[in-house]
Amino acid sequence: MTGAVLKIREELLGRIHAHGVETYPHECCGALLGRDSDGLREVLDLVPLKNRRNDSPRNRFEITPDDVRLAEETAREKQVELIGWYHSHPDAPARPSQFDREHAWPWYSYMIVSVQQREPRDTTSWRLRDDRSAYDSETVESVAHSATR
Amino acid sequence: MAVKVIIPTPLRPYAGKQESVELQARTVGEALAALTTRFSELKKHLYADDGRLRSFVNVYVNDEDIRYLQKEKTSLREGDTVSIVPSIAGGAKIAY
Repeated sequence: MTGAVLKIREELLGRIHAHGVETYPHECCGALLGRDSDGLREVLDLVPLKNRRNDSPRNRFEITPDDVRLAEETAREKQVELIGWYHSHPDAPARPSQFDREHAWPWYSYMIVSVQQREPRDTTSWRLRDDRSAYDSETVESVAHSATR
Repeated sequence: MAVKVIIPTPLRPYAGKQESVELQARTVGEALAALTTRFSELKKHLYADDGRLRSFVNVYVNDEDIRYLQKEKTSLREGDTVSIVPSIAGGAKIAY
């Protein structure tokens, strides 16, 4: 834990959980749009995306460069930033796997939702260290209302 | 040739916080080499230990994916734009 905080409105967190339940037993994925101010982050909107890993969607997800560009464009239109990504771990803990780390980018927040037997459980968020050696967790702070919009 | 390299948001902290960098290069490989020479911290995020571009690092020359051109040997012309675009991947480690 580094003291980093990722704020998210309860309603948006509920939408991520619903996405994970909808795609269960496959992984869901999407973009987190919001603001980053000196490392303090707030999610203000989501872009749910299709998991493009057709060969192994139960334990892998992939977001193509075209979908990344779509998320960036949506962020620009809404005058916010693309601050990270979410995905689900069906019937697995909400902890990043070795595979997650090998494929991660720095700076982004990576939110993971564990979905056990169609029930959303833990939600965690992580940022890759500069040297790619590990992830640091950030606190997911669920808030009733957004401070900024 | 003077070309522009577009840096994606997650790599900007390692590139002087710049959105784009102008540099001289004749090929995509030269452009990326010049970029990582100027900003050495970028190298580990763009290249795997075996020296190849990481699989989730996508490079476009004026909106054309270099995988469908001549990859890193793709020639550049004056004023070309080279974009580094992420793809995002991951997943639980449990094998089914």
